[in-house]
Amino acid sequence: MTRVVVVDDHELFRAGVRSQLEGLVEIVADAATVDEAVGKIDVEQPDVVLLDVHMPGGGGVEVIKRTESDTRFLALSVSDAAEDVIAVIRAGARGYVTKTISAEELADAIERVKEGDAVFSPRLAGFVLDAFAGAAPAKPDGDPDLDQLTPREREVLQHLARGYMYKEIARRLDISTKTVEAHASAVLRKLQLSSRHEISRWAAERKLL
Amino acid sequence: MGEAMATTSASALRRDPTRRILGGVCAGIAERVDVDPLVIRVAFIAAAMAGGLGFVVYAVAWILMPAGAGEAAPRGGGPGSVEVALGVALLALSLLLAFRSLGIWFSDAIVWPLVLVAAGGALLWRQSTRQERAPRKERAATVSRTGLGVALVIAAGLVFLQATSSLTAARDVVLAVLVVVIVLGVIFAPWILRLVRSLSAERAERIRSQERAEMAAHLHDSVLQTLALVQRADDPKQVSALARRQERELRAWLSGRTDKAEGRLASALEDAAAEVEEAHRVEVDVVAVGDRELDERSDALVAAAREAMVNAAKFGGGSAVSVYAETQDGKTHVFVRDRGPGFDPAGVPEDRRGIRESIVGRMERHDGRASVTSSSDGTEVELMLG
Repeated sequence: MTRVVVVDDHELFRAGVRSQLEGLVEIVADAATVDEAVGKIDVEQPDVVLLDVHMPGGGGVEVIKRTESDTRFLALSVSDAAEDVIAVIRAGARGYVTKTISAEELADAIERVKEGDAVFSPRLAGFVLDAFAGAAPAKPDGDPDLDQLTPREREVLQHLARGYMYKEIARRLDISTKTVEAHASAVLRKLQLSSRHEISRWAAERKLL
Repeated sequence: MGEAMATTSASALRRDPTRRILGGVCAGIAERVDVDPLVIRVAFIAAAMAGGLGFVVYAVAWILMPAGAGEAAPRGGGPGSVEVALGVALLALSLLLAFRSLGIWFSDAIVWPLVLVAAGGALLWRQSTRQERAPRKERAATVSRTGLGVALVIAAGLVFLQATSSLTAARDVVLAVLVVVIVLGVIFAPWILRLVRSLSAERAERIRSQERAEMAAHLHDSVLQTLALVQRADDPKQVSALARRQERELRAWLSGRTDKAEGRLASALEDAAAEVEEAHRVEVDVVAVGDRELDERSDALVAAAREAMVNAAKFGGGSAVSVYAETQDGKTHVFVRDRGPGFDPAGVPEDRRGIRESIVGRMERHDGRASVTSSSDGTEVELMLG
């Protein structure tokens, strides 16, 4: 079973996740602070860390930065402020889901992250589309430009924002599920590696609105 | 002057720019007292003949009476407003001089101060009737206008005193008062300063405690109420509906969206989603990319999207409804999707007007379009507005 560490400063929430995911994944440890989380992750070497965005002492971003082991992170937060979401993704999280997600969907997202795929909630897809909105579309076959989305990637993201699952997107666009996953991962990588400071500026502006 | 003040104090009195000859003052007054504008116009012309009073009253009324519907926001003053004001002033002056030389005149001692008081008073009144919190760059203009108004009114007083040759007496009084004020000022300056400081500190403290009280009141009205309801609710669906409604409200309140994004498409869609969610107890998620101002056409788009959400909530088998709105290069697409059992759009009976009228028909009337695709995986309504 997939080994998971839950990091959240609310005990009630950790307990809730534990009981909800009972039987779906194996929760090997939980942590309430950044220091505790970094220690337990490096000891337990879990497949996936469920990570709260907001925590005292630097939050999820700090945990990702300080963890040395090669584990994958899924951000889980009540915050839907673009700035927080983009920050934790750019720090290296493989995806972002909100705390209102159902247990089955969460377990599914954890499996996906374990495989190295990206997990986009519709809201995250919307944020990414917004962040790359100003850029011209990249050529589908040319150099992969980190500051732009290819038309296909845009299409995949738009479907994600419309609430479609990967396999539904694959059927609608007449491509394989693997290809949809590849597009999603490519978008996530662009979001993480793009040098566009527009992304952070855009996020900051959104916060002001 | 008195007449003008009396008319402006009536709050519903508005100029009517749609039926205007000059500024719409007569039309506005006629509208209010329900007579033909011609009657009021004749009365004004008669008053103008009788010593020019009509001009003064008209000018003051023009400045003081807010414009009714039909004129695009006259406040703020465009680049030409100074020229216009100067022109009107010169015109009034020349008319007054003409009347003076014609002999239709009270006396210099009355008319000139009256004109100055009218102009200064008009400036001051206009300032005070403006929006309370003007933008920063407008504030300098406000100060200078207020200063000009005060100067004009004081000048009027001086001119009147001069003309009635009581200025020397007034000067002695003013001097005596001035000396007393300075002496008292020097004596009481430290107390006054301390009083002002403590007043401003008190004010800051009062604002802080007001904010605290407001926040407490808000939390009490919203979050605590909802928590109380949640504890008494048995139905998990009802609990989650309550929680989601509260979450939405709190988020909107925290981000201050309620008073900032008003009149924008994204917030209108979110409001519609919240209503549908509450009425039908089905989760409705809105993701918006880009935004646009609300106008007649995007209002129609929101109404059509709302109808689509209602349909999705009713016939979607209780599945969550996804709403995605994208505005780019002036084009807006809205997708409303459910995961219900689906239906055959062609098989909808003629008398069911929901989709045909409220969605497709409405969009087409506003130069947009709408399409419905449905399969066993769910139904998606796509709305497009150029």
